[in-house]
Order: sequence, then C-alpha cells, then structure tokens
Amino acid sequence: MTEFATISPKRMAMRRFLSHKAAVGSCVLLAIMVLAVVLSPFTARYGVNQQVRKPPNTFLPPQKIAWFGTDEIGRDMYSRLIYGIRVSLVIGLFTALISTVVGCVVGAVAGFRGGRFDDIVMRVTDLFLAFPFLVALLVIRNTIGNISWLTAIIGDKSSARFVVFLLSIFGWMGVARIVRGQILSLKEREFIEAARAVGASRRYIVRAHLLPNSIGPIMVSLSFAVVGAITAESTLAFFGYGPQAGDGSTSLGILVGAAKGAVQSGYWWIAVFPCFALVLISLAINFIGDALRDATDPRLDRGE
Amino acid sequence: MLRFTLRRLTWAVPTLILVTFLVYIALRLGTDPLQSYLRTNPRATRAKIAQYKSVNGLSSNYVLGYFHWLKNFVSFNWPRSIKGSRDVWPELKDSLVNTIRLGSLATFLGVIIGLLVGMFAALKPGSRRDVAVNTVAFLGISIPPYISAVLFQLLFAVYWSRWFGNTLFPTSGVYPPGHTGFDLFLMLKHMALPTIVVSIQIIAVYSRYMRSSLLDVLNSDYMRTARSKGISERRILFKHGVRNALIPVVTIAALDIGSIIGGLIISENIFDYPGMGVYFLSAFATGDFPLLMPWMVLVVASTLLFNLVADVSYAFLDPRIRLD
Repeated sequence: MTEFATISPKRMAMRRFLSHKAAVGSCVLLAIMVLAVVLSPFTARYGVNQQVRKPPNTFLPPQKIAWFGTDEIGRDMYSRLIYGIRVSLVIGLFTALISTVVGCVVGAVAGFRGGRFDDIVMRVTDLFLAFPFLVALLVIRNTIGNISWLTAIIGDKSSARFVVFLLSIFGWMGVARIVRGQILSLKEREFIEAARAVGASRRYIVRAHLLPNSIGPIMVSLSFAVVGAITAESTLAFFGYGPQAGDGSTSLGILVGAAKGAVQSGYWWIAVFPCFALVLISLAINFIGDALRDATDPRLDRGE
Repeated sequence: MLRFTLRRLTWAVPTLILVTFLVYIALRLGTDPLQSYLRTNPRATRAKIAQYKSVNGLSSNYVLGYFHWLKNFVSFNWPRSIKGSRDVWPELKDSLVNTIRLGSLATFLGVIIGLLVGMFAALKPGSRRDVAVNTVAFLGISIPPYISAVLFQLLFAVYWSRWFGNTLFPTSGVYPPGHTGFDLFLMLKHMALPTIVVSIQIIAVYSRYMRSSLLDVLNSDYMRTARSKGISERRILFKHGVRNALIPVVTIAALDIGSIIGGLIISENIFDYPGMGVYFLSAFATGDFPLLMPWMVLVVASTLLFNLVADVSYAFLDPRIRLD
C-alpha cells in the first residue's frame, strides 16, 4: 500500500471494541438473554406462578420436567428465572437511562458554570457517595414512599416504577462527576475557544461540542450504571424492600433473596441458578463497559 | 496545612448538624416514630406519650424538635428504645465494636492483598498473569457480597459437613449459642466467612486501583529520569514507583474506612453477625427512632471525618495540590 488508510474515529473505536474478545462474547451472551426474555412466552416452560407439581411435592431437584428444579411451592425455577431477569433488566436499563440523562445535565452545568452551584453539587455527591448506600436507600425509600402526592406519580413502594425512581435518585451522582470532570478538561481546549470566538452561545457549545466529545465516558458510565442498578435492585429485594412479589411477578433479587432461607436446608438449586444468572449479567455488562472505555479513550492507544 | 485542616474541621461541624437534621426529617417522615411507639405500646397513657415525645424531640415543629433532640443527645440524656425500653448506648457500643473488628480486619487484609496483587499485575502489563489478575478482579467486582455470602453458606453450612463430617467454619454469630467469655480462636473461626466475603470485593477493587495507578506512574517521565541516573531497578520501583502510586489509593482507602461503620449491612445480616448493620436493620424494621438516631449520627460523623481525612491526606501526600 502506498497511501495511509484513513479511518474515522468511530470506526477506530468500533475496531478496538471488537478486538476485546470478552466484551464481544458478553454482547452475544446478553443478546441471547434478551432474546430469551423477549420471547418468554416460548422460552419459559411454565407461567410465573404455575406449579409444576402441587405441594407437598415441592423442592424438586433439577430433572426433566423442571430443568432448574422447583421452589418452596413447586414453581419451576427456570421459568421464574426468565421472568426475573426480565424485571431486573428493565429496572436496570430504565434506571441507568434516567440517571445518565440527569447526571449529564447536572454534570454539564456544574462543570461549565462552575461557582457556587458546582461547589454544592460536588459536596452533596461527595457525601452521598461516602454514606452507606443501602442505609440511604432504605431511609429515602420510606420517606418518599410516605408522601402521598408523590405516590400518585411514581407508584406504590412495591412497584417496579418506584424502584426505578428510587435508584435514579442515587444513580445520577456518579455520572455527574464523570461528566463534570470531562467538561472541565474540555472547556479549556482550543476548539471551544474558537467556538466562543465566533459567537456560539453557551448552550450551543455544551450541546454541540462538549457533550458529543464526552460521549465515551458517558457510554461507559451508562453501562456501569446498568450493573449498579441491577445489583442495587437485587440488594433491596434481598432484604425484602424491593419490588414485591404480590402478583407473583419476580425479579433476580427476589429469587436470590428466597435462596437465603433455602440454603440451610441444602436446596442448592434455589441458590445457585439465580446467583449464577446475576453474576453472569453483571460480569457481561462490566466487560462491555470496560471495552467501551478502552475503545473510546484515545490515550489508550495500544499500538495496533 | 494546619490551617487547611482547621478550616475543613470548622466546616465539618455545621455539615454534621445539617446532615443529621436532614436525617431527622427523613426518619420522622419515613418511619413515623409516634406510630411505631403506639404500635409497641398500644395502651400507653397520655402522660407517657407526652413524655416520649418530649424526650425524643418529636414536636410538630421540625426545627424546634430537632434542636430539642440535639440538646438531649449532646448532654447524653438519650431516650430509651421503644422495644423493651432498653438503654441505647450499651447496645450501640457492642455493635460498634463488633463491626469495627470485622471491618478493620477485612479492610486491612483486603487492601494489603489487593495492593500486592495489583503491583504484581502492573509489573508486566499485557502478560498472561496481568490478564489473569484482571479477569479474576472483574469476577470479584461482579459478585455482589450477598451472593458470595449465600454460596459460602451453602458450601460450609450444608455441604462441608455432609462431605467431611465436620463444620470447618460456622456460618452465624460471633460465638456458638450459649457461649460466654472471650475465646480468640473461636471468634476468629466465626469471623472467617464474613471477613472473606467482605474482603473479596476490597481485594478486587484495590488490585485494579493499584494496577492502573502504578502503570500511570511507571510510564511517567520522572521514572525515566530516575533510570537514567542509574538508580537500581528495585529502588526505582519502591522509592519512586510504588510510593507515588499509593497517593490516590490512600485517599480512596480513607473513604472506605469511613464507610466501614455502616457499610457491612449485607454480610452482617447473612451471617447473623451482631454488628451495626444488624442493629440498623432490626431498628429500622420496627421504626425504633431512639435506636436509629444515634446510629445515624455515628455513621454520618464517621463518613464526614474520613472524607476530611481523605482530602487532607491527598493534599499532604501530593505537593502539587494547591490548598486554597
């Protein structure tokens, strides 16, 4: 070749991402999971609350009629796992989206404006990030759950909508810090000065220059926010403060929480399968986030 | 340096008051202390209720009520718990001691092992051992503590005794039921599993911190300068490399130590370890306001204190930070 092949930064990022084998594998795995969840009428073998065998024939070990065994009232663990992953994924995705959008706005304003607003926001996030997460979650859950006009908007304490809202209250802080840092370092660069010199408005600079240039870190924090939300939801559910299984719907947290009681009696399948699914999901998304970071960070040129 | 610390300290007191005020409001709205009192004491006389309200500072004016509560709290005139009407301090102190014992052991082990593993990986970036460490660290981060706790319980409470006929590690409490007195060996045996569960994540997180921090340092210009001066490799690594790489790690460690007090809820709950987490969960479940407030004050104070320690240590260790 006589001339240099030029490729766009986007293609370059894509190529770097694809070279991260674990991340590609994780994408495939997640795609399979999403497919299984979306096609749950076909992939799940029983209904959420359907019993494979009526009591007293409960706690069947894994066998042909129930691949992952059955639980304390005879429901199929495999089918429940699929329904549980569905709820957890939805909560994780929505929470991550909301908190990323809020975090971007707050972080951009704090980083670009600076001053008093910046100070206050950063102090508050400092405090919340250092304060025990679960305690803050439980206390605020009760507090906003008891405000009646708010319940009309975000649903009852036990609904999935409420959990999404609750987790979003805490989720934006990490994103805001990252975006703020990014914008602080970007806004001194020459191209921003040039934009200012030709008379671009502040809002235009933020929207057209600063945020698009921070898209890498934003994507990374989005993916980590999904993991954070899924884990937080299951932590809440583990202690019985998550979305409630009132209508028999379930989530990964509820399933793992049920394992706590079953373990002492040696019903290993109740514990192992949901735990394995949860770890697999968070591992996969963590890998993807890591690969995104490698792919979008121009400093990490690995000399390919 | 001293002025910086003092200024931050003078800020810490108003912050503490503000945050505990917010906690006070949140608890009053969220747990409704009066209702939880009436639930436990349904036949309480009017005088008793009035006395309960007054000693806890539960007036309808939140600001006045808070300062009333604060006055009682500072003068150590703490209200008794709702359930069982017990003294709060002895119980809080026991939980605190238990949690600090577990938390400091796990954090100490976790940080030391994590740092060593991170160094080990950073010395040969891209090598097979680096990849292995990275993958295992990723796995460690991706396993939430309650999952490792449940799986450990399954293994040690059920299957170990089934396979080997004896229990290697007990899975609940500090001592077996009915035990009195102090027995270090027995205590350590009971603490083994919770310690492992807590330190898995710490090891994973710190090995990653240390790896990236040390890699940053090793690729910096002053390392090349040190080498060109002919300093021995070992001296370069420890005197110039590790010491500088530890700067960001120390500040993060300070924050983590601050969150020990309230941060072990999950492992304590699963292993029935009578620490601050179990204390909080049971008090929160019954809405026991007199038990909850001192707990919150301790946790907030420790968070703020170690936030300050992190800032000061960063400024102290890294002379490039301007103190203004």
